[in-house]
Amino acid sequence: MSAVYINSASCISVQDTLKENFFQNLNPENSVQTLKAIDPNYKEFIPPAMIRRMSKTVKMSSVASHYALKEAGIEQPDAIIVGTGMGCSQDSEKFLKNVIDNHEEFLTPTFFIQSTHNTVAGQIALGLQCHAYNFTYVNTSSSLEFSFLDAKLQINDGEADNVLVGSTDEQTGRTMELYCLNNTIKKEEDLPADYLHSETNGVIWGEGAAFFVLGKNKTNNSYARLKNIQISSKVDLDETQDFIDGFLAQNNVKNEDIDAVILGFSGDAKSDLYYTKAAELFPASTLLYYKHLSGEFNTASGFSTFMACHILKDQQIPDVMMINDVKKGEVRNILLYNHLAGEDHSLVLLERA
Amino acid sequence: MNQKIAITGMGIISSIGNNVEENFVSLKTGRHGISDIQMFETRHAGTFKTGEIKKSNEELVQQLQLSEDNNITRTSLLGMVAAKEAVESAGISDINGYRTGLISSTSVGGMDVTEKYFYSYEDFPEKQKYIDAHDAGNSSLAIADYLGLKGMVSTISTACSSAANAIMMGAKLIRNGVLDRVIVGGTDSLSKFTLNGFNTLMILTDSYNTPFDNDRKGLNLGEAAAYIVLESDEVVKKENKKVLAYLSGYGNANDAHHQTASSENGQGAFLAMQQALKVSGLNKENIDYINVHGTATPNNDLSEGIAMIRIFGEGQVPEFSSTKAFTGHTLAAAAGIEAVYSILAMQHGVIFPNLNFKTKMEEFDLTPITELKEKSIHHVLSNSFGFGGNCSTLIFSKS
Repeated sequence: MSAVYINSASCISVQDTLKENFFQNLNPENSVQTLKAIDPNYKEFIPPAMIRRMSKTVKMSSVASHYALKEAGIEQPDAIIVGTGMGCSQDSEKFLKNVIDNHEEFLTPTFFIQSTHNTVAGQIALGLQCHAYNFTYVNTSSSLEFSFLDAKLQINDGEADNVLVGSTDEQTGRTMELYCLNNTIKKEEDLPADYLHSETNGVIWGEGAAFFVLGKNKTNNSYARLKNIQISSKVDLDETQDFIDGFLAQNNVKNEDIDAVILGFSGDAKSDLYYTKAAELFPASTLLYYKHLSGEFNTASGFSTFMACHILKDQQIPDVMMINDVKKGEVRNILLYNHLAGEDHSLVLLERA
Repeated sequence: MNQKIAITGMGIISSIGNNVEENFVSLKTGRHGISDIQMFETRHAGTFKTGEIKKSNEELVQQLQLSEDNNITRTSLLGMVAAKEAVESAGISDINGYRTGLISSTSVGGMDVTEKYFYSYEDFPEKQKYIDAHDAGNSSLAIADYLGLKGMVSTISTACSSAANAIMMGAKLIRNGVLDRVIVGGTDSLSKFTLNGFNTLMILTDSYNTPFDNDRKGLNLGEAAAYIVLESDEVVKKENKKVLAYLSGYGNANDAHHQTASSENGQGAFLAMQQALKVSGLNKENIDYINVHGTATPNNDLSEGIAMIRIFGEGQVPEFSSTKAFTGHTLAAAAGIEAVYSILAMQHGVIFPNLNFKTKMEEFDLTPITELKEKSIHHVLSNSFGFGGNCSTLIFSKS
């Protein structure tokens, strides 16, 4: 399979990532249980009557996809592929509450209609009047990575030149309560979280959306070359290094060729061990982390991919992401490694365009 | 397509049978699975009939020999039954012996449990293990785990076209050499959430669904799981595998008309069928049978019929039937079970009847096959369309 290019990148997150100078204004957070994505001024993009009806994930995606297409100079993509772990959970939750509260009577369809996981991809297609290939992946933690893989296949198969790929997840009230209940979210008494050397389990939950245009050809605006992706549902802790070495070998890249590794350290002591194992493989590389900026969620890697794009293009690394002191003159290759609570592992290899 | 993809195994559980053989017997003898709701609590139990599988979760857990402390919900339980049969029928003993993946689809995931304890999880500590089982991706990971599969696992949720897209993605992964072997299909259990959702849209019939009938009143929901196994030519040759059929074409398009309704001219369906024919390299005259989406809603059957006429020409639409009168509409699993039925149709040389059809629709001259019909079938086209404008078509060819 040949590589493809990431020709635009747009992100709505806990940080002010729509702003030009966001790199200089990243604020880590470790003392609250949940982090909310910063809402852009939706009125600039969406008619007010629709804003009220739209859930946050649809709104964030609408804005992020708009910017991604605009930046790439693409009006009609040849495919729309969206990844989301939880789908439209706000509207699902609203409809479910109505069903239970009203004992299955007097229900209206709006929330149900907007509850399906493919609402975001469908709404984007509707907005663009785009009849092209349209897919939605809903993996636990690798939805964006599978979307990238699919985009690569569409381009390699000659079916598409430019693909809109995005990831999005939103928080909902009751789901956050339930995540506290089952200790997915860190207990209050275990805060502030230590992202790199945590001794307690659980994470700080975030949300956000990131959209990219993947193209067959390099453009003046290209951020990175997407070289390859590897996904595995399950990796035993002692297999972590083989998993990564195998991927690098497959791509004819040596460990020392990797200039920066972006690791998904989340403050969950148990599953962060995978990242510690991974870090051991790269003593001469810049090691980076990001979930103190984005929070953990099913598509948190949308944020790290967005950051990787900027690091490669701008050739700058925000200090706040640094785990070690290694700094290379040029950042050519970045490896991203992510999983959620030890499940659904993914590796993404990006190269400077 | 320069490379047909071999299908070497299949497995299914639906309201008309717990395995492939039972499903085939029901299809052949015209025994449908639409019945009164018994297995989950809803005030609509007496009003709407569904294609419900009359096996409790406890029975399924026992059949699958799962440990008692499992947190597997009904969607995954059904998926495990079907995926296990598919893997066994493909003669796979070492699941990780080749680069093997699972692409599964679902629309509800663990909603059937979430809706029971949504407000009361705090009071039921022993049920809190199910909180993690809510998200759709969890169901595929659980099925992979049950099969002992460690590798590429993905979940697709494009509403009622989901399983067709899972099959399509699996084919692309093999075609591009990413995987050697992939189990593809979908699973969905019934839930109060979905039943009430479809009810608010007023597209549920209060009787038995009648696809492509002028007086059709809507769909029956159903639950099911079905998977097929796709393998690369190299593995087929090396292992001397029996090929059940080939996946020879696929197409995916978006109707871009409305979040839930299909367009008047069936544009998305038209484009999906057109693309699948193009990928297959077949002429439209080569299609011997269409397993239509045919949900029996006024909107779908009209839109799909118009799209078929646009593709094949007035008076030239191949013989077709909807099998949803047998099973109900099984949502994210539908294209999986209809893939199995398409393969059975080719293997046995029969078209399964479109039950409950009486009167031709007034908008066009299309009559489905209403009695079991023997016919040599070389190529089947199978349609699946969903909310969000998602339209997908698969073409299966005889081995």
